[in-house]
Amino acid sequence: MTTDPEPVDILLVEDNPNDAELAQRALKKVNLAAHLAVVRDGAEALEYLLSSRPKPKVVFLDLKLPKIDGIEVLRRTRADDRTRSVPVVILTSSQEERDVVECYRLGVNSYVVKPVEFDKFYKAVGDLATYWLVLNKSPL
Amino acid sequence: MMTLEDIEILLVEDNPTDIELTLRALHKQNFTSKVFVVKDGAEALDFIFATGTFAQRKIENPPKVILLDLKLPKVDGIEVLRRVKADDRTKSTPVVMLTSSQEERDVLETYHLGANSYIVKPLDFTHFVHAVSKLGIYWSSLNKLPY
Repeated sequence: MTTDPEPVDILLVEDNPNDAELAQRALKKVNLAAHLAVVRDGAEALEYLLSSRPKPKVVFLDLKLPKIDGIEVLRRTRADDRTRSVPVVILTSSQEERDVVECYRLGVNSYVVKPVEFDKFYKAVGDLATYWLVLNKSPL
Repeated sequence: MMTLEDIEILLVEDNPTDIELTLRALHKQNFTSKVFVVKDGAEALDFIFATGTFAQRKIENPPKVILLDLKLPKVDGIEVLRRVKADDRTKSTPVVMLTSSQEERDVLETYHLGANSYIVKPLDFTHFVHAVSKLGIYWSSLNKLPY
């Protein structure tokens, strides 16, 4: 787990190293990579979020994760008063209707399907970070 | 002609200047977003729940996003938000607070009630138009809906 010891803006939950690296590069391009923490599976994500660390301004959460999947991470963060208001954006290749429906039912803030093309993925991550860090006012 | 079933963005706003600026900003993008404006919380609830003057609407055909001010006549924004997020038929509709309030208690309470996002209306015109334009693109194109 790579962690920034200061309060973090984005917690990226992503097990695919290529996607994680591309996302980080996209964030650097829009100058929003400075306070980024990356975790590689759902257990690490929950451990991070439920710890005494300050909560991130937004979580970018993949669904297909080792150990504990994204839907379960979402379910548990919404069930806990300490984390229920943390903005969570699903960032996944899944377009399965049942995944989308379940995430909204659990109270996800937003659901974004990862573009397949490299350059569109890169742009989407930059746009996402700009929206959630610059435009959106976080509860924390 | 726009029918009530084609609405992509429901704007809940009572200030006429803000309405005009918001519409201009939303139409500035190179895509048509069909925007419907309601000017108080009671009208908003009628629209969303397909009651009263909007009884002919289909509740299962929600907009892609509701842009919701806090300070509204008749029924305030918090109450509209509470009702939308408390009902299984409407809770999946993204609600974005669009308000001049930066009060921590308003921010906390709206997220606690399930608001998807909270945007503080920029004070100057250019930033306001820019913010609303970005907001429109995000919720109409980038975000994926369950319906």
